Amino acid sequence: MPDRNDAIPDDHDPLRNIQPTDSDHLDYVGQQGMAVEQETLIEPDPVKREQARSLWGDAWRDLRRRPIFLISAVLILLLVLIAIFPGLFTSTDPRAADLTNNYLRRPDWSDFFGAGWFGYDGQGRSIYARVIYGARASITVGICVTLAVTLLGGLAGMTAGYFGGWIDAVISRITDIFFGIPLLLGALVLLNAFATRNVWSVVIALAFLGWTQLARVMRGSVITVKQSDYVVAGRALGAGTGRLMFRHILPNAIAPVIVVATIALGGYITAEATLSFLGIGLQDPTISWGVDISSAQKVIRQAPFALFFPAAALSITVLAFIMLGDAVRDALDPKLR
Amino acid sequence: MGHYVLRRVLQMIPVFLGATLLIFLMVYSLPGDPIAAMFGDKAADPATVANLRHQYYLDQPLWKQYLHYMNNIFHLDFGTSFTGRPVSEIMADAFPVTIRLALVAFFFEIVIGLPLGLIAGLKRGSVADTVVLLLTLVVISIPVFVLGYIAQTVFAINLGWVTATVQDSRDISQLILPGLVLASLSLAYVARLTRTSIGENLRADYMRTAVAKGLPRRTVIGRHLLRNSLIPVVTFLGTDLGALMGGAIVTEGIFNIAGVGNVLYKAINQKEGPTVVGIVTVLVLVYLVASLVVDLLYAVLDPRIRYA
Repeated sequence: MPDRNDAIPDDHDPLRNIQPTDSDHLDYVGQQGMAVEQETLIEPDPVKREQARSLWGDAWRDLRRRPIFLISAVLILLLVLIAIFPGLFTSTDPRAADLTNNYLRRPDWSDFFGAGWFGYDGQGRSIYARVIYGARASITVGICVTLAVTLLGGLAGMTAGYFGGWIDAVISRITDIFFGIPLLLGALVLLNAFATRNVWSVVIALAFLGWTQLARVMRGSVITVKQSDYVVAGRALGAGTGRLMFRHILPNAIAPVIVVATIALGGYITAEATLSFLGIGLQDPTISWGVDISSAQKVIRQAPFALFFPAAALSITVLAFIMLGDAVRDALDPKLR
Repeated sequence: MGHYVLRRVLQMIPVFLGATLLIFLMVYSLPGDPIAAMFGDKAADPATVANLRHQYYLDQPLWKQYLHYMNNIFHLDFGTSFTGRPVSEIMADAFPVTIRLALVAFFFEIVIGLPLGLIAGLKRGSVADTVVLLLTLVVISIPVFVLGYIAQTVFAINLGWVTATVQDSRDISQLILPGLVLASLSLAYVARLTRTSIGENLRADYMRTAVAKGLPRRTVIGRHLLRNSLIPVVTFLGTDLGALMGGAIVTEGIFNIAGVGNVLYKAINQKEGPTVVGIVTVLVLVYLVASLVVDLLYAVLDPRIRYA
């Protein structure tokens, strides 16, 4: 699931597929349409540049006016705040189990921000406190995996796209190999080897298997950008490989990568929750929405709210990141203007 | 055409070998002794253990194990699981079930996802468009395992319309609910993808020409717009068919369907190396073939594409 994303292709000109200069392009089309289509999301717009407005300044101007961006940004800020300082939002210990408070006690709506607000789970723990404390694991996994895959995939894609030739062939084949293994499946196998699993083992497993998508996006983007005149000019003026890569190409090639990474973040959060739900992701003492949803299954008939609240928290978090990704994509894609 | 297919098939070989090697390493080089696990709590007789190790080639170095395994695969021998059952037999039981479920899900993706995307794309900014966008956003945000439980609780337990679990996968009516749950995420993607694609192609010159020369609306949409807009959707659907086969772990678990996902999940937990590697090998093959078929379909959809 997480290896898909909501990216909407903006380029499906079939003629691209038969360009002789990019002989490997065909190979990717069938394997993941999404990645290919995003390759050319951004085309530097010379007109905008003349007006001394950078793509980023332009995008920011555009973003600030979008309600969907504002809503998701506020939600994400709130979630990050909850993840860092859960104590600000509840004074209840999420691990305190009191069986007299069992799940038969319904949510008490008058108990604002109190222990009984969302009711109690099967072991008499405050669902509200657990929902609050569960944010940390989800947000940490989402952000860390995204950073790791952006770094790994970006580096691989940059190297493949910039150097081309056999280096590209080797990196592209390795990408294909990892791509052939479904993320969830591979993560299940990998995580099974860890005797005790925490947030970091989940991050490692997901990053190890998840970098391919960004590598493909980055490679495509770099191939497009490196043919630009300013790169040729830079090379003619004697700029070295490092300078060309990081000063000339990277800033102009990174936009589609950022878009895909933002949308993928929500997918990684779902992946973590799914793994935890299956019993192979996070485990006690880490508090995770996935684990809570899984244990709520046992009391689903008597206490549907034990499943509802963590599930709602999870969905809202994923929704916030997907909306952010959507908004960023629309802002960065000049074609949609 | 023939040349192109040949080149693609040749390129598939290293990817296939690499992917199987990767999964082989992940399964066999990680800690955990399956032979010791076979004895449970009982003390194992060293001679028996050595015998079993030899039988499963576990006493060989890893690379030899892999070569041996691949050699067997080319003779269509997927080995024997640690319970003594041939892996090919396990797969022959599980794959038909999963294929049925995947086809039901695939059917829903096309029958629901495409029209939704078409309606939204044709009438951008309309109420229908907004509703489709919001609905798909919600479906994408809710994890499949939550959606599965809600669907099961509401439609099977509260309303009693369908059975909560699948008793017989040959009865397609029992697969409708699990199929819908499995399809939900991809359905949302298909709708969004179609919408964007239609929206972009609406502005194309050939559309203006088609309308200007007085073609009936049906022809304009069916022959010109849809055919041109379907390429990214077909790409997605093709790769998704492969994903549906292996990605059904959660759905099959919730509805207790004895398909590939379920078998795989149990095998991973029980460190059933031969079963895991066997199934994943087949899944990788399915995925590689599906992506080749998708590329060949492009030429059908768009005559401008020629594979030389």
